[in-house]
Amino acid sequence: MSTDREKDIYILAIESSCDETAASVVKNGRHVLSNIISSQIELHKLYGGVVPEIASRKHIEKINQVIQEALDTAGMTLDDMDAIGVTYGPGLVGALLVGVAEAKAISYAKKLPLVGVHHIEGHISANYIENPDLEPPFVCLVVSGGHTHLVIVRDYGKYEILGRTRDDAAGEAFDKVARAIGLGYPGGPKIDKLSKEGNPDAIAFPRAKLEDSPYDFSFSGLKSAVLNYLNGCKMKGETVNRADVAASFQKAVCDVLVEHAMLAVRNSGLDKFAIAGGVASNSSLRAALGDACEKNGIKFYHPSPILCTDNAAMIGAAAYYEFLAGRRDGLDLNAVPNLKLGER
Amino acid sequence: MKILALDSSGLVASVAVVEDDGINGNLLAEYTVNYKKTHSQTLLPMLDEIARMIELDLNTIDAVAVAAGPGSFTGLRIGSATAKGLGLALNKPLVHVPTVDSLAYNLYGTDRVICPLMDARRNQVYTGIYEFRNNELSVIEPQMAVGIDVVAGKLRDLGREVIFLGDGVPVFREVLTEQLMAGQKFSFAPAHLNKQRAGAVAALAVSYVRAGRVETAAEHKPDYLRPSQAERERAEKEKKEKLHG
Repeated sequence: MSTDREKDIYILAIESSCDETAASVVKNGRHVLSNIISSQIELHKLYGGVVPEIASRKHIEKINQVIQEALDTAGMTLDDMDAIGVTYGPGLVGALLVGVAEAKAISYAKKLPLVGVHHIEGHISANYIENPDLEPPFVCLVVSGGHTHLVIVRDYGKYEILGRTRDDAAGEAFDKVARAIGLGYPGGPKIDKLSKEGNPDAIAFPRAKLEDSPYDFSFSGLKSAVLNYLNGCKMKGETVNRADVAASFQKAVCDVLVEHAMLAVRNSGLDKFAIAGGVASNSSLRAALGDACEKNGIKFYHPSPILCTDNAAMIGAAAYYEFLAGRRDGLDLNAVPNLKLGER
Repeated sequence: MKILALDSSGLVASVAVVEDDGINGNLLAEYTVNYKKTHSQTLLPMLDEIARMIELDLNTIDAVAVAAGPGSFTGLRIGSATAKGLGLALNKPLVHVPTVDSLAYNLYGTDRVICPLMDARRNQVYTGIYEFRNNELSVIEPQMAVGIDVVAGKLRDLGREVIFLGDGVPVFREVLTEQLMAGQKFSFAPAHLNKQRAGAVAALAVSYVRAGRVETAAEHKPDYLRPSQAERERAEKEKKEKLHG
């Protein structure tokens, strides 16, 4: 593998698994030359969440412009590329299919190798982009609207899953609570903002512990507790302090995430910890994890917010290491909506 | 002129290459499969297969044509995204061919009225009414999503002999034969002509290109003929609120 290291590897990466149409040119897995994201968030706000059919329709309208802009921004053409990377799962099947079909056609027409990428591996790999010193092994907490995973990254492309959510993803809980207190969609950033005005210790919401697996998560009980609290206030005719609810809920989520993450790092014997996914840009979670890592002598890695959200630069980073490991996908590559981490 | 065409709008997956010098038209290759709906996995390998067989240099094609709707929403997007990717990579224009028009084109030259039927679910059919006039496809009723009774009513009003085709035929054959078209003159197209064929998409695209009806790969999008369910429900809710509010 080290024979041809002098030659730079350029990857055009495409991501369309949910409600962002994104494309990026990444050099050698860690240098982002362009990172174009066309967000559909305003469109889905009307419906209080992502509507799969609308997302798919928007992807097909935008995808060529987004890819062209990624190439133009990088100052390159398809002829300069060494491979095409594309998210093929997990995600919304109709949305994924747009990116997969587009990537396959480009790969075929330009005779470029095709590398299918797992969306969550992309999120984890976002950490490589801004941290040239970060290399496996390390522990990573992936928290987003659709995923909550605690994993050990043993090597590039090699993942050991320690824990996952049993019910709602962390970001899902944020969205549901935000809706319940009338903040609207997307819930994460809105709760984060409102929490700054509230008292995180005002209301004692539960922290779920699962006896049989110390690394697994459960957020549905917490969500129900918030809804019950709101109902109780309504019955008693009390006005709800929304900032206190937001802050106390957020604290409950963060406490559990931090506790499980630190336990995992301690038991792994590793001294590096990273976070990834949309919820990883939550300011309170970042601060809490930062403090805990510092206290425990662990080096803490986190992508900047633009690389936490769904983007194609992270897909390019993951694709690069898969490319080096020899992964090549055929013209029959399909979208796999419930692709498991570490699965091929 | 060389046209590469794709159709994954329905149960059939089909790819074809047509060459036309203005005098002679040639279908160089066509690959059509009507077996399980795995278009995402089969469409591009099918194209690769025919391209190898006819030693096609993709850079020599003049345009990529695609059956751009109506049809299965996901199927349309597989075809359109594939066409857009090819157009982007090869720097070629796209030709947007209405699915129902290309189905009608299968029956070139008939003196009867042509009525393609695609099952659109929700008690509807994607259809249109066509005829050939001076050897050119002429639209009597443009493609639409309506109840089968609506299109049958229009056909009865025309009072001409009809040929039905499309993957909606098995779904509506009985109700057409026994009720809606009882007493009328009609027939159903045979197996080799009754489903989507990329060859027909390509041949029709040749005339579109001559007429300048092309678009860039970036601007191309499918024509679903229907809003999404969420948009429809939202519009209905707003309408209700206006009425009662």
